[in-house]
Amino acid sequence: MIIAVASGKGGTGKTTVAVNLARMLGSHVQLLDCDVEEPNDHLFLKGSMREEEIVTTPIPQVDESLCDACGECSRFCQYHAIVSLKTKPLVFPEMCHGCGGCAKVCPKKAIREVPHRIGMVETAQANNITLVQGHLDVGAAMAPPLIRAVKARLQPACRDASFPGAGRNGVPAILDAPAGTSCPVITTIKGADAVVLVTEPTPFGLHDLKLAVNMVRELWIPFGVVVNRVGIGDDRVHAFCRQEGIPILLEIPDDRRIAEAYSRGELIVDALPEYRAYFERLGEALLERTSTDLHDASGVATPNASTFQR
Amino acid sequence: MKIAFTTSGETLDVALDSRFGRAPKFLVYDLDADTFEVIDNEENLNAAQGAGIQAAETVARSGAGALVTGHCGPKAFRVLSAAGVKVYNTDAITVAAALDAFRAGTLKSAESADVEGHWV
Repeated sequence: MIIAVASGKGGTGKTTVAVNLARMLGSHVQLLDCDVEEPNDHLFLKGSMREEEIVTTPIPQVDESLCDACGECSRFCQYHAIVSLKTKPLVFPEMCHGCGGCAKVCPKKAIREVPHRIGMVETAQANNITLVQGHLDVGAAMAPPLIRAVKARLQPACRDASFPGAGRNGVPAILDAPAGTSCPVITTIKGADAVVLVTEPTPFGLHDLKLAVNMVRELWIPFGVVVNRVGIGDDRVHAFCRQEGIPILLEIPDDRRIAEAYSRGELIVDALPEYRAYFERLGEALLERTSTDLHDASGVATPNASTFQR
Repeated sequence: MKIAFTTSGETLDVALDSRFGRAPKFLVYDLDADTFEVIDNEENLNAAQGAGIQAAETVARSGAGALVTGHCGPKAFRVLSAAGVKVYNTDAITVAAALDAFRAGTLKSAESADVEGHWV
């Protein structure tokens, strides 16, 4: 089962929920840090990097001896990654989405695609958690191709209940998404079986939760909410969830000791054992129950619902 | 020769926009005919990325041989150079003042971008 942890607003506690949930989710858990511009799950997990792989995207390379500066490539590219003004084309690798269109439309076959490094995928083992994290290079602008490379490491066992030690939904995999609702977030949560939206009970938290709810509904993925730092702000997040029929899967109190443990790079479930039950409950809510406990967009069964009803 | 100026208005007495890629308009002045036309750059104002490159293409296609603006970043500068458009940076207040400075020969053609890109 693939669980994505996302949020509209940044700093609500996605990483906290993702790493602590991963710790409590059984003997084998894959944790994929898809926040590739600032991966930080590793700060909370004591394990050394086992493996590093360079990730590239294809960019055009122009053979100027074949190019007659017709400008077809430039007219085709909507991202201005290849520009020709009656001149030999200029290539801007950081603008390129790697579609290969320029090479296809070139009448002189002067363009071929070559790999361009955008970042790394790193793997580490820490206790029960296999961490896979993407690390976008400074200066690289496009996160989605790297996020896809991270997700390509999802083990088949995450959908395989027959795997030794797997629950009836397979070995759990957790995707820690970036904040917001833009392309990197969509790339992360697409294909997940459930989404946990982490928010805080403040007007800002509520505003961005609504955006995130709309996004998840658009993608037809069952979801529930975790409210972090309960005790601050107001009760409007709770009222909104009640009104929309969205289950609140977990409430984490506003406890200074949690912030202190976080600042030391410690897992809450290790530093403050009384919270173990909280994350166990969240894990149960996600793994053991059926889809009816998670909210689906319109009351109609979603394509992913069968995962919960197996 | 034609010169492109970055601006938000339709006339010479309007302020020179110090931005290049996200300037709302380009005023393209024909030195020989003493006339000008105004080209819209609105679609670039809200572009997530690549505004400089697109703006440079627009200026190059206008037939301008020179660009007078506040600042010009590295990608736009590369496109303009390739297209043979010279770049002149100025802090002149209005398009008219920038035009006077250009005519008086007090502006110096830039040899590189004068500001960083928005990433890298």
